Amino acid sequence: MKETRLGEFEEVLLLLVGILNEEAYAFKIAEEFKNQSGRNVSIGSVHSTLDRLKDKGFLTSEMGEPTAERGGRRKRIYSITAIGKRALEQSRDFKVNLWNQYPELALNKLKILGIK
Amino acid sequence: MNQQSNIPPKLAQRLLQWFLKDELLEEVLGDLDEKFDLEKETYSLSKARRNYWYQVIKYIRPFAMRGSFNHPLKNLIMIKNYFKIGFRRLKRNKVYSALNIGGLSVGLAVVMLIGLWLFHELTFDDYHANHDKLARVMQHKTRDGIKITRRPLPFPVGRELREVYGDNFETVVMSSWTWGHVLGDEDKGVLKTGAFMESEAPQMLSLRMVAGDMNALTQQNSILLSRSSAQALFGGEDPIGKSIKIDNDWNVVIKGVYEDIPTSSSFNSLEFIAPWDLYVSNTEWVKASRNEWDNSSFTAFAQIKEGLTMEEVNERIRPAISAHTDQYEGWSDKNEVFLHAMNDWHLRNNWENGVQTGGAIQYVWLFGGIGVFVLILACINFMNLSTAQSLKRFREVGIRKAIGSVRKQLINQFLTESFLLVCLSFLVSLALVLLVLPQFGVLAGKQFEIPYQEPLLWLISLAVIVLTSLLAGLYPAFYLSGFQVVKALKGSIFHSNSSKYLRRGLVVVQFVISVALIIGTIAVRDQIQFTQSRPMGYNGDNLISVSMVSDDYRGKKEYLETQLKDARIIESMAMTSSPMTTLNSTVGGFEWESKDPNFHPHMATNWVSAEFGSTVGWNIFEGRDFSKELVTDSSSVVINQAAVTYMGLEHPVGQEFTLWVRNSYRTFKIIGVTRNIIRESPYSQVRPMVYFLDTEETELEYYLLKLNPELPSQEAIASTTQVFEQLAPNVPFDYQFVDDRYAQKFEAEVKVGKLSGVFAGLAIMISCLGLFGLASYMAEQRTKEIGIRKVLGASILTLWKLLSSEFILLIVLSCALAIPIAYYFINDWLANYEYRIDIPWYSFLLAIVGALVITLITVSFQSVKAALVNPVKSLRSE
Repeated sequence: MKETRLGEFEEVLLLLVGILNEEAYAFKIAEEFKNQSGRNVSIGSVHSTLDRLKDKGFLTSEMGEPTAERGGRRKRIYSITAIGKRALEQSRDFKVNLWNQYPELALNKLKILGIK
Repeated sequence: MNQQSNIPPKLAQRLLQWFLKDELLEEVLGDLDEKFDLEKETYSLSKARRNYWYQVIKYIRPFAMRGSFNHPLKNLIMIKNYFKIGFRRLKRNKVYSALNIGGLSVGLAVVMLIGLWLFHELTFDDYHANHDKLARVMQHKTRDGIKITRRPLPFPVGRELREVYGDNFETVVMSSWTWGHVLGDEDKGVLKTGAFMESEAPQMLSLRMVAGDMNALTQQNSILLSRSSAQALFGGEDPIGKSIKIDNDWNVVIKGVYEDIPTSSSFNSLEFIAPWDLYVSNTEWVKASRNEWDNSSFTAFAQIKEGLTMEEVNERIRPAISAHTDQYEGWSDKNEVFLHAMNDWHLRNNWENGVQTGGAIQYVWLFGGIGVFVLILACINFMNLSTAQSLKRFREVGIRKAIGSVRKQLINQFLTESFLLVCLSFLVSLALVLLVLPQFGVLAGKQFEIPYQEPLLWLISLAVIVLTSLLAGLYPAFYLSGFQVVKALKGSIFHSNSSKYLRRGLVVVQFVISVALIIGTIAVRDQIQFTQSRPMGYNGDNLISVSMVSDDYRGKKEYLETQLKDARIIESMAMTSSPMTTLNSTVGGFEWESKDPNFHPHMATNWVSAEFGSTVGWNIFEGRDFSKELVTDSSSVVINQAAVTYMGLEHPVGQEFTLWVRNSYRTFKIIGVTRNIIRESPYSQVRPMVYFLDTEETELEYYLLKLNPELPSQEAIASTTQVFEQLAPNVPFDYQFVDDRYAQKFEAEVKVGKLSGVFAGLAIMISCLGLFGLASYMAEQRTKEIGIRKVLGASILTLWKLLSSEFILLIVLSCALAIPIAYYFINDWLANYEYRIDIPWYSFLLAIVGALVITLITVSFQSVKAALVNPVKSLRSE
C-alpha cells in the first residue's frame, strides 16, 4: 500500500522518535536531526511530517505535562506505534536484503553491519 | 538592545496566532520559544529573532493552517469567476463602463498630479541630510508695540551663539547674502550667485562633493564651486587648484567642486561658496561691524545638537542680541533671537506680530483638499452609476441567491467588479498623468518626475486603489446583496426610495463642490487682475536695471550716458541703491519738531541720482523733483504719500528733519511728495519711504536705463551690451526688465489661479459625466411611461420638462448650499491680502447660471432623446 511506504525523511524522524523516547516532541526532534545529520531543518517541516506519520498510523501523540522553561506550555510527545515499528523493520530488512545482493562490497559491508 | 526585545518578535507571534489552528497553538508556541532561547544562548538575540521569523514562516503549511485558509482552489475558482463576470458586464454596458472608467481615471489622474505636487512641496529641502536639525537664525524686533520679524543679524551674533550658547549647537555658520558675483580671470568671467560662509557650511549642508575637499574653506584664499559653475568656467578641464578672481578683485584657488544643489532646495542658488574670512578682511564696512550689535546686515545658519528641539533652543537663545543692545543708549527695539527651522522655510515663512502665520502651506492644504474632493466626486459618480445600474441586476441577484449564492459571495462579486474598474481606471489615469506631466510642470512652475524608486509612491497608489474600490463598491455591494430573493425575482423592489434619495444626495454633494470651486476660481482670478491693474506709481515699460556687479561699472555714469544717449539707445539713465522691485534698507531715528517723543518712526530709504524721478516717471504730487543744478539738493528729500500720513504732516513740503547718516547728524528738507510707488508686494500697503539724493554716489548699486521705445528692445539690449562690455570685457552683461520683475510678484497667485481653474473644470467635467449617466438611466427607466404619455398626447416640451425638472431642482439646491461655503473660504483667503477685492457677487450668479446651463445641456441630451422615441417601439419592448 502506498501509505505505508516510508520516505527517507519520514524514516529518520520515526527513528528519532524512538531514540528520544519521552523527549520526542517537535523542537527536540528537529534539534536532534540537526545534530545527527548536520542538516538544518525548520520545526514547521518536522511538525508537518510528524503530523503525516500520525495520519498514517505510525505515530501516536499526547500532550505532556506543562513545563516552566517554555512559559508553562505543554508539549506534544510522540511515540511510535506497533505499525510504525513494523514499517521501520520492513524498511531496514528491505535495504539489508538489497545490500546482500550488492556485488563485491557485499561481504565487507555485511561485516561492518555485523549481520550474520 | 533593551529589555523589551528580549522576547520573541511580537509581530511574528501575532502572525502565527492568526493563521495557526487553535489546537496547535500551545505546542508550537512552546517549541518556538525553546528554539528562540537556544538560538539566543548559542548565537545572539538578533539572530534568534531572525530565526523566529523563519520558523513562523515555515509553519505556513496546509496541515497547520486554519480551515478558512484551506480551500485555496475553491476560492481561486470563485475569484476567476468573479473576474469573468466582471469583464462580461464591462463589455455589455459599454457606455456605462466608459463613463465610469472615464470619470474615475480623470479623478485619479488629478489626485496623482496633486499628490506629486504635494510630495514635491513637503519634501522640499530634504536634499540636506540634516534638514531636521538645520535652521536659519532670525530675530523679532518689537518696535512701538509691534513685532516685526527679520532675517538680517548683527555680525557678533555668530560668535555669541557659539561662545555663550554653544551647548545647543552642532554648528553655527555666519554667511553673507547670496548675491551675484563675477568669477573668472582677465579673459573670461561668468556671473554666478553665491555666498561667503564660514568653513563648516559645506559639511552642515551635506553638499555632495564631486572633487576636492569640502573643508577647504578654512583657508582664506579658497573657493568651492558647484559643478555647473566649474563647467561654465573651465569646460571639461579639471578645475581643482586653478586660480580665479571674485569680482575681478580677490584671488582665490578652487579647492573643491560640489554637485549642483537641486531646485527643490532653498540653497539652489548657491553656485559657489567662498570663505567668510575673505569677505570680512577685504570689506572695510564689514570689518568695522565686527563688534557692532546695532548693525544688522548678515545672516546665519545653525545646526542644533542631536536630541534638542528647535523650541528648546529658541527658549534659551532669545536674549542673544538684546543682552548687548539693551546697554545701548536710546535703543528702543526689543530684539528676540530665534531659529527658523529648515523644514519650515519653504512652507511656513510668514510672521505676524512675532507669530508664525503659515505661508505656502495654505496652498498645500488647498490643493490637498481639492484632491480629496475630486476623488470624492469620482467615487460618487461611481456609486451613482452602480446603484442606478443595480436596479437592472435585481433579477440576477435573485437567481444567484435562489441557486445558493451566500451573501458574502455576492458582495465579493460586486467588490471584484469595482476593483476591476478601479484598476483599469488607475492604468488609464497613469497614462493620463504621463501625458500631461510636462504641461502640469509648466503650469505649476516646477519640474516633476515620478519618483518610481520611492516605495511610498507604490504604497499610496495601492492604498488609493483599495480605498477607492471599497469606497465606490461598498454601497452597491451591500445594497444589492441585501435583496430578498422573492422580492428580487418578482421585481417589487423596482422603486426603492432610499437609493433614489441617496443618488440625489450624492448629486447635490457633487454640485456643491463643483459650484464652490467655480466661485473660488473666479474670486482668485479677480483678485489677481485687481492687483495687477493697481497703479504701480511709475512707468516700468522699457526700463532695465543693471546691477553694478563689477567695480569697472562704478563711477562711469557720465561715460555710459553719453555713449548710450548719442547712439539713441536710451532716453535717460539714473542710479539707485535698491532695484525698483525691492527695498534694501529701512532706517530709524528720524527726528523733527512736531514729532511725538514716544513715536519711533522707521521708514524705508532709497538713495538715488537726480534723474531717478524722470527716468522711472514718478508723479510728483506736491512740491518738486530733485534738480541736478541745485547744489542744496544734496540735503533735500522726496517722500511718498504714505510717509506724509505716517509722519502726520499737514504741510510736508518745506518740513525739515534730522537723521544720523554716515557718521553725523544731518538735517534734510522735504522738497516734494511723490505718489506711492509699489516697490515690494503689490498685495500690501505701500510703506512710508524717503528718497535721498546721493551726489557722492557711494550708495548707488544699480543703473536704471530707460530704453528708446522706438528701437526694438532686442536691438537696444544688444547695443547696450556692447557698451557695457567695452567698459568691462570680462564681465558678462546682466540686466533685468523692471516690468518682468514686477510681473514675477504675481507668479504664485497666477499659478494658483491657473491650477484651481483647471481643477474646477475637471471637477465639473467629472460631475457632468455622472449626471449624464444618471439622466440616461432615468430616461431608460421611464421608457414605458414616456410612451404612454406620448400616446395620450404629451408634447416633447412637456416630456423634456418632466425629465429635466428634477435635476434643475437638485442643482438649485446645490447652489444654495455652495454659496455660503464658498463665501466663507474666499473671505478667509482674501484676508491674507491688504490690498484686495470685495467678494465678487457676480461670481455667485455666474456659477449658478453656469451650473444650470451645463446641467440642462447634459440632461436634455438624454431627455430629448427619450422624448423623441416612437411610442410604438417603447411600448412594444416586451
